Amino acid sequence: MILASTLTTNLAILVLAGFIGFVVISKVPNTLHTPLMSGTNAIHGIVLLGGLLVVGLSGNGTFNKVILVVAIAFGTINVVGGFLVTDRMLEMFKSKPKARAPGKDDDGKGKAA
Amino acid sequence: MPLATSFLQDQSFLDVLYILAFGLFIQGLRGLSGPTTAVRGNRIAAVGMAIAVIATLLNVNEGNWGLIALGIVLGTAVGVPAARRVKMTAMPQMVALFNGVGGGAVFLISWSEFRLTHGFSSTATYVTIFSLFAAIVGSVSFWGSNIAFGKLQEVIPGRPITLGSSQQLVNLLLFALAVAAGVDIAAGDQSEAIFIGMLVCAALLGNAVVLPIGGADMPVVISLLNAFTGLSAAATGIALNNPALIVAGMIVGASGSILTNLMATAMNRSIPAIVAGGFGGGGAVEGASGAGEHAGTVRSTSAADAAIQLAYANRVVIVPGYGMAVAQAQHAVRELTKELEKRQVEVSYAIHPVAGRMPGHMNVLLAEADVPYDQLKEMDDANPEFQRTDVSLVIGANDVTNPAAKNTPSSPIYGMPILEVSDSHSVIVIKRSMNPGFAGIENELYYDPKTTMLFGDAKSAVSEITAELAQI
Repeated sequence: MILASTLTTNLAILVLAGFIGFVVISKVPNTLHTPLMSGTNAIHGIVLLGGLLVVGLSGNGTFNKVILVVAIAFGTINVVGGFLVTDRMLEMFKSKPKARAPGKDDDGKGKAA
Repeated sequence: MPLATSFLQDQSFLDVLYILAFGLFIQGLRGLSGPTTAVRGNRIAAVGMAIAVIATLLNVNEGNWGLIALGIVLGTAVGVPAARRVKMTAMPQMVALFNGVGGGAVFLISWSEFRLTHGFSSTATYVTIFSLFAAIVGSVSFWGSNIAFGKLQEVIPGRPITLGSSQQLVNLLLFALAVAAGVDIAAGDQSEAIFIGMLVCAALLGNAVVLPIGGADMPVVISLLNAFTGLSAAATGIALNNPALIVAGMIVGASGSILTNLMATAMNRSIPAIVAGGFGGGGAVEGASGAGEHAGTVRSTSAADAAIQLAYANRVVIVPGYGMAVAQAQHAVRELTKELEKRQVEVSYAIHPVAGRMPGHMNVLLAEADVPYDQLKEMDDANPEFQRTDVSLVIGANDVTNPAAKNTPSSPIYGMPILEVSDSHSVIVIKRSMNPGFAGIENELYYDPKTTMLFGDAKSAVSEITAELAQI
């Protein structure tokens, strides 16, 4: 009973999140698609939490520990690397807008054939 | 102390923190809708992530801190330098790699859940099912992303590596085996050998799906695998009953799906056709049919002639492609632009949605070189302008300019939206050689009487033109 309601609540969250994701992401212009990909990539690094929670369940055995340490390390790489790299990219977009070279008018030069 | 501790470990308090975290993710992604708010958006999302991680750490049993610290230190030691040092041109493979480790974490977590619960012996069925789903998808994503990384980094040849006609059958078989193993475990089998077998089938599937895909289709694949990792994270979230994981994973799943779809549309390919493979690389069967049929001649030019042509133009449009990225030519291109602007030439850039190896890849590179944002034109804005353009300068772009996409119904890229550079008065193409692009298709543009070719590395060719310009 309790389990069933947990499942349905979670499924509801899942579906709603899907719609929100769709709406939010649709507004991102082409120009920013590489940072978007890299940023969302960082966000799925949230599986790191999974690693932390499962460590919390605790198990003995060296192999279990090795798997979890690797999982946590992977998750951390995903999160930390992902956000940093996105930040680096976006910083480049920020240093705009600079004054363009003045005067783009035709000053009588001929056209190249 | 007990009071404070119990408050911090109260499930409702943790849930509030998780809800706050995913609220910040959504707000952060909203910021990505414009270049001025994007930096802040990304940081907001990062703060959300920090809150989610801290909330989880509040709930950790004592005695596991060593393991956690070890994992986080290792991950930071690898992730931070990688993110700091990577060149902007290598961004697609970096994203592939980060995506891969995310998938890796998912399947490892699922595996340790399996071990800790003695083969899901006492978990609810739905938890088992979502964990198994996460394990399979995570494993596919891990291996697939690593292959994609290898191909983009050119550790593995970029051309399709395929088993020929039996490829589809093998893929289908691996998929069926992985699912069958999953069903067996969900039905109550507690054998770890079966679980490992399932992971291995999924791993082979990840390899088998990505190896046959050529370089040109790689951005689509990375985006698709990004969506997969997101969905597997969401599944892990349901299995672990963690709302932050569910929301974050699902949003990434949605975002990856949208991007994959956009890119596939921009290439006029269907996603199943891309996954089926065999097209995007040099020697593809379909691609080869277009080659060698041209009677026209190619006219080559010199940097000096190109410089004169550009100097006396009123309007120049630069069309960058992957060739600019591999040659790291973006700064040289910026210098050329400055030199032209000194001569009152109007310069803009036309960016095809799939130019480069990632959507928006060119924008990132040109932003790195300080090209003003308003000079970058997207395809729909750029195309009507070509008719009043004197010179289109194509730098290392190929398939996205191929008129065959408009004129030749038999061409494999027929129907793909292109930058209509052949509408401009003249075209200069900078290219290393006459080799066809990643799609393996001959480009009619090069035989157009309006077109001249400047052979050479994009960076040195552009620098030579700039040097010649300075002397005019």
